[in-house]
Formats: sequence, structure tokens, C-alpha cells
Amino acid sequence: MKRNGMYFWGGAALFLAGALLMTQVIGNQYPFFACYVILQFIVLAVAWSILGGYAGYVNFGTSAFFGVGVYTAVFLFKATGVPLAVQIAAAAAVGALMGFALGLLTLRMQGIFFSIATIAATIIIETAITNWRYVGGASGIQLQRPAVMAPFDNYVEMLFFVQAVMVVLAVAISRYIQNSWIGRGLQALKDDELAAECTGVPTLRLKLTACVISGALMCAAGAPAAMYLQYADPASAFNLNYSVSALAMSLIGGTAHWAGPVIGAILLGVTQQLLTVTISSEVNVLVLGVMLVLFVVAAPEGIVGLIRKVRSKRNEGEG
Amino acid sequence: MFSFELLLDAVVIGVLLGCFYAAVSLGLSISFGLLDVPHVAHPAFLVLASYAVYFLNEHYGVDPLLAGLLITPLFFLFGLFAYRLYYETFERRGSDAGVRGIAFFFGIAFIIEVLIIMQFGVDQRSVTADYVGKAWRIGEMRIPFRLVVAFVVAAALTILLTLYLSRTFMGRAIRAVAQDQEALRLMGANPIRIKQWAFGIATAVLGIAGALLIIVAPVEPTLDRTYIGRTFCVVVMAGLGSMSGTLVAAIILGVAETVVLTLFGASWAPAISFAMLLGVLAVRPQGLFGRRS
Repeated sequence: MKRNGMYFWGGAALFLAGALLMTQVIGNQYPFFACYVILQFIVLAVAWSILGGYAGYVNFGTSAFFGVGVYTAVFLFKATGVPLAVQIAAAAAVGALMGFALGLLTLRMQGIFFSIATIAATIIIETAITNWRYVGGASGIQLQRPAVMAPFDNYVEMLFFVQAVMVVLAVAISRYIQNSWIGRGLQALKDDELAAECTGVPTLRLKLTACVISGALMCAAGAPAAMYLQYADPASAFNLNYSVSALAMSLIGGTAHWAGPVIGAILLGVTQQLLTVTISSEVNVLVLGVMLVLFVVAAPEGIVGLIRKVRSKRNEGEG
Repeated sequence: MFSFELLLDAVVIGVLLGCFYAAVSLGLSISFGLLDVPHVAHPAFLVLASYAVYFLNEHYGVDPLLAGLLITPLFFLFGLFAYRLYYETFERRGSDAGVRGIAFFFGIAFIIEVLIIMQFGVDQRSVTADYVGKAWRIGEMRIPFRLVVAFVVAAALTILLTLYLSRTFMGRAIRAVAQDQEALRLMGANPIRIKQWAFGIATAVLGIAGALLIIVAPVEPTLDRTYIGRTFCVVVMAGLGSMSGTLVAAIILGVAETVVLTLFGASWAPAISFAMLLGVLAVRPQGLFGRRS
């Protein structure tokens, strides 16, 4: 376990160093634009998986958290002009609170009822923001990026690096949860909630914890998006596509291991970027839907499950 | 400003609109309410039906209601197939059907949405018929004909389905399978075939409902997202599987929507059904006329 941890943190440090090096070496802006989106989806998928994967509660509210993150940043930026780091921290705090409130309201429901309730919450919050004039209402709001900070010579490069840091943070949290008593408790209530409750697992408290952490991460992932696009409007900030993408990436990658959502997000994210550039954004949504259905039907454990199957077969062959 | 006439107007329109909501929710009331299938793709099927009606109307000049009737058998077969696929991949395997079943239907909804966009584009589409665009005047009140058509057809559909479920052999079998599948199996019936048949009926009803949807207002490919709220709100509020409950719940929703629309303006309208849904789920999950305690 110890050695595993060393490998993990070594890999994380290497990843961040690589990202930093990229911002210093590559002059072309496009790679950062594209990679930012992929990194953002990694955070969303990992965050989704904490509640949706470990606990088995299918959350369709990713876009609610994402949108609230975007608008927390927009509001703070317009009202006070605080730097990006503060915007993200504030979004995480708002996300945690929102996760707590939504969790209290919805986590007693199970299965489809929980999922529908999260869609409902998304639309209600979106409508409220649409009617909020200060942050632009339905027509959206334009944002002027402030000056960029020291080691970076371009704002997008900085956003890219910030999102890379958040990926490491999200993965570390998800990995910690999986290996701790929280993860085991969530796993237990996923398998049989009643049995878990009877054996003394504090199910509601665990679900709430997962919802709070997941919400905070999703909101934090959304916060830099306003500066990335230099524009925010409710219809795109709360777009259901974020919910479906996060869910599809997690399920395709596999939810049994923290690496599943990362693999799924990289695979689908890269495919989407390629398809959007080469064919059209409609085709990329179609591919997302088809892959989701295919995996759910044919490979319910996702890519991680497939890898495990191949490995165990190989072991059998050797033994 | 508040005026009594305006409010009365809103209530009348709301009742008509509510009947229309009942028509689009009846299928879900069977598939989700009676069969416990997490059919999130129901509104997407509905919008698909609308586009089929649009296609027939635009290219062959078929009356929208007739077009709805014409596509009904196709949707019945589509429903049989969809349930078979769902059963083979999820219900029979048993484990973890909840999470993946929901994801499955959500994926299907997404695919339908994109296919419609690729075929018809993102623009709004509407149908042409004699009764679209005309209105009926009673004193000061103006009642659009298309709502009256929707009201009549919706009421007929609800009555027919209620009779079907309570009077015919197959209808009673469907209600029996919803109550106790094992008991039905012990009596020598095949519950899966009955469920498949019921799902076929639930999908077939969408043919007519889709025609009503495009008669009442123009449709666009992503309209299903709004109707997730409306249909699930109606079905959950009605109490799963109750047909007459569906009609009452839909009228409550319709009136609530038009009243809020009149008092606060259109920008709050999308949230009403979702807010009611959330409220019902949080306070009274068994619905107003629930079959379960």
C-alpha cells in the first residue's frame, strides 16, 4: 500500500511538472484550449463517480453543480474582481453547501427517484439564474480577463495549469475515499442499503459526505469555465450535456476503481475533441450516446472491468 | 396587474392544457408506474413521434391526428422491441439494474435527440391543419382550437386506457403483473410477455400523444428535456400507475403552470413542473392517489 502511494504521488508530480513544462515550451494556443476541456471532464467524471460510482446513486445534476460553479465565479468577479484562486475556493464552498442541501432533500429517495429529483433541481436552479438580472439573465454576460500571473504568458495556459492541479486534487480525494472506511461504507450501501444500515453503517451520513465532496469538486471544476470562455449564459452553463458526459465517462471507464473515470474521461474527451474538429459537434454527442448505451449493455463494468477480466484470465492460464 | 378575468382565463386554459399533459403522460404511467421501468427516454420517444407526424404532414399532407394513428402500430412494435432489449440486458441479469437501466434509457434519449437534430435540424417545426391557429370565442375569453382538439383526444384516450386496464383480460393481466409478478407466474402465465405487451401499449399511445404535442405547439429536438419534468411530475403526483389519478394530477399541473405564467411571466414557467415534482417526491413520494404506502 505504501509503495502504491509513492507511485501515485510520484506520477501526480510528474503530471503537474509536465503540464507546467508544456505551458513554457508550446507556443501554439490550441493544445491548451483542447486539453483544458479534457481536464475539466476528468474532474467532473471523477467527482461524479464519488457519489454515482461508489454509492450507486445516479446523479443527473452534474450540470447544476457545474453551472453554480460558473455563476459563483461570475458573481464574485463582477462584484469584487477577486483573483481566480478565490473564485475557485468560493465555488468549492458553495458546491459543498449545495451538495449538503440537495443531499438532505434527495438522498432519501432511491434509484430513479433520486435521478429525476437531481434533474429537477438542475432546471429549478437554472431558471432562478435565468431570472437573475445582475449576472446577465437569459442573454448571458461578457467577461474581460484580468492580467495574467507570473510564470504564464497567456491566460488560457494558466487556466490549463489550474485545471491540471484540480485533476490531481480530485483524483487524490477519490483515491483516498476508495481506500478509506468511507469508500467501504459506500460500497456496502451500494450493494444493499438495508443490510448496510442494519449492520451499523451510517448510510445517510456517508451519502451526504459523498454528495458534499462530489458537489464541491464539480463546482470548483466549473468556476474557471467563465474565464475560459470569457462569457457565461445559463443555457450553456447548465447544459444537460455535462451531466450525461460525466455519467457516460464514469460508466464507460468503470466505477469500481478511481482510475475508471479518469480513463473514460480521457478516452471520450479526446474522441470528442477530434470529432468536433473533424466532423461536427452533433456527431460527437451521438458517439457519446452510442458508446454509453453499448458499454452499459455489453460491458457493465466498464474498461476497468474488461482489464480485470483479461488479467484474471491470464492468471488462470499461468496457474 | 391582477384581474379576476385573467385568472379565470388562466384556469380554463390550464384545465385544457392539463388534459393534454395527461395524454403525454399516460404511456409513462404504464411503463414507469405499473412496470417499474425507469423510462427516462419516454419524452424522447414522444418528441420522436411528433417528428414522425411532422414528416407525414409536411411531405404527404396527412392530417396530424390521422398521422398519429398511422404511426401507432409502428410505435407498438418499437415498444415491444425496446422492452425486450431492456429485459434481456438488465432485468434478467438482475444485479445493478437500477443504475445501468437509468443510464441506458438516458443514452437512448440522447441518441434520439441527436438523430432528430441531424435529420431535421434544430429549428422549430409545426404542422398545418384546419384546426391549428384558429380560436373559439366565448365572450371575452379566447380558447385556441388546438387546445380543444388536444382536450377531446386526451380525454378519449384516458377513458379508453382506463377501460382497457379494468375491463379486458389483457388489461387486468397487466395490472396483475404490476401487483405480484410471482403470483402470476405460479398461475401459469408468462409475466415477461405481459410486461412486453404493456410496454408496447405504453409506447403506442405515444403515437397519438406525439401528434397532440405538435398540434398544441411547435416542437424542437431538445423539447424532451422539459417534458421529463412534466411527465414524471404527473406520474409521480398521480401515484404510480393510476390512470384517473394521472388525469387529475395533469390538470393540477396545467392550472399551476398557466396561473404562474399569468402572474409571474413566462421565464419562470420551465421550473414549475420540476418544482412540483421535487415537492411531491420530498413530501409525499407515494403520490396523491398512490397504490403503495
